[in-house]
Amino acid sequence: MVKKVLPIVYKIFQYLVCIFLTIMCILPFLIMVVNSTRSSGEIESHAISLIPSSYFMNNLAILNDKSFNAMTGFFNSAIISVGVTACTVYFSTMTAFAIVAYDWKLRNAFFSMIMCVLMIPATVTSIGFYKFMYSIGMTNNFAALILPSIAAPSTVFFMRQFMLSSLPMEILQSARIDGAGEFRIFNQIALPMMKPAMATQAIFAFVQSWNNLFLPMILLTDKTKYTMPIMVSQLSGDIYRTEYGAVYLGLLLTVLPLFAIYFLLSKYIIAGVALGGVKE
Amino acid sequence: MKRKYIKGISNAKYGYMFSLPFIITFLIFSLYPTIYTALLGFTDCQGAGNDEWHILEEPLANFKLVLTNGTFVRAIFNTVRIWIMNFIPQITLAMVLTAWFTTKRNAIKGQGFFKVVFYMPNIITAATIAILFQALFGYPTGPINDLLVSSGILESSYDFSVDKTASRWTVAFIQFWTWYGYTMIILVSGVLGINPDIYEAADIDGANGVQTFFQITLPNLKTILLYTLITSLIGGLNMFDIPYLYLGGGPDQATNTANVFIYKQAFTGRNFYNRAAAASMVMFVLICLCSLAVFYVMRDKEAAEFKKMKKLEQKAASKNRLGARNVW
Repeated sequence: MVKKVLPIVYKIFQYLVCIFLTIMCILPFLIMVVNSTRSSGEIESHAISLIPSSYFMNNLAILNDKSFNAMTGFFNSAIISVGVTACTVYFSTMTAFAIVAYDWKLRNAFFSMIMCVLMIPATVTSIGFYKFMYSIGMTNNFAALILPSIAAPSTVFFMRQFMLSSLPMEILQSARIDGAGEFRIFNQIALPMMKPAMATQAIFAFVQSWNNLFLPMILLTDKTKYTMPIMVSQLSGDIYRTEYGAVYLGLLLTVLPLFAIYFLLSKYIIAGVALGGVKE
Repeated sequence: MKRKYIKGISNAKYGYMFSLPFIITFLIFSLYPTIYTALLGFTDCQGAGNDEWHILEEPLANFKLVLTNGTFVRAIFNTVRIWIMNFIPQITLAMVLTAWFTTKRNAIKGQGFFKVVFYMPNIITAATIAILFQALFGYPTGPINDLLVSSGILESSYDFSVDKTASRWTVAFIQFWTWYGYTMIILVSGVLGINPDIYEAADIDGANGVQTFFQITLPNLKTILLYTLITSLIGGLNMFDIPYLYLGGGPDQATNTANVFIYKQAFTGRNFYNRAAAASMVMFVLICLCSLAVFYVMRDKEAAEFKKMKKLEQKAASKNRLGARNVW
């Protein structure tokens, strides 16, 4: 009897834990969504409620009054993230192609160097970076955030692994015999074959850039250049101290694009995370 | 038509050409700032517009200062402490979930859904999460206090942002909450990469779930576990958004992490670029050491095995010689 009951109890326990974790993951966002429609008074008297109220537009007006310009932030973030994604994916594929498709003297040394700098985050060199950008007048310039992404070691590493397994050299050779130039071979033959890997990397590059706070916060001091995360960071300031509903709404506005991306692409994102972990 | 021949002979130049954008960008935006940061650490530079800085008479003064005045060292310890407080529960939960999600017998239904949900916090802007939790842990009327009081767990609201330990735990909890899904997915993919024949053999030998987990899954996951540990440590050393935005490094510097310290030194108050640069370089060295460890863990396994074999052979050979002598 016990032998039969025990596995069932264990199974129920497993489901309970999973459901608890699900609630833990979703509840904060749910509270955020619901509270963005409630007035500060309502939130103060009862902070948790699952019933939306009717103060959404009111909260929006408060945000606009306090110069939380979601549209500006959205566009700035979008410009930077799209630029970063394009640069990261295109040039990383190109660099990986140089490593995989050609035999050159410094190839192995170059790849070892990429492996060495793979883990070093941009934040530790931010002081020199900022001072350098300041001295050439590139603060408040999106290019200072976009151009560095041309050299993205981890993406190069990933693209190389993918290319080694799925870019047949014979095809490149036959294109060469047909008289295609090397740039054409890269752009019209290699690039289309790398599409699945590029898509995965594009998602991650986009999200990472969208979420980046440290460097944009240092570099962008002009209010019209603020990105979404910088705008969010302003929400903890004193002017929002009692505007609970507006804070929740501001938070909601910043994550809407991410929610959209995640619900559309979650399958690919999770597959991409899984791929990144098995580096063999 | 002449070009074709040239191409055939010196293909190598395209290798250089295609990697040129990467190399140039790296030199300008990574290497130069790194060297520049290192250099600033030896100077009296304050403020961005200040171009009249000099190498100090005692070049290591900034390094000595940040390493001895306590705040920075405490910040490093805070960073590591908060990281450990988040990593141990995180890896434990991720392992348990991995075990549950990879059993063949009587598997959990809806795994796809759970994975999507558990990973979700990881994709949301850290800044947003910090402010969201600031609101959730709000005192006296935040949602969490509301929940705790109305459900009778607490009699009156608790201010999470005053007590040092409580504030560290909340920051660690937020980190845990954002990362356990990610770690789980990595570990699950690691387990799925283990040769299924081994599991089948274990099954035939009559191993139960617990035995299989400890005797097969865990040893085979060792590399990936180490990789997760070290990359998480590097990420942890870099912690900025959440401690900075959630409590601004407080209360009483309890959540002041290394990056928060660097940011505050350089970009607030008197703009001590030199001290921030020195602190950055200390972090740079620490992270380089961690990343060397990754490099060592992830290095070509076969090459390492080959070296090991050779060593063993040599040992065996020398032993044999000794043995032979004894016989004589």
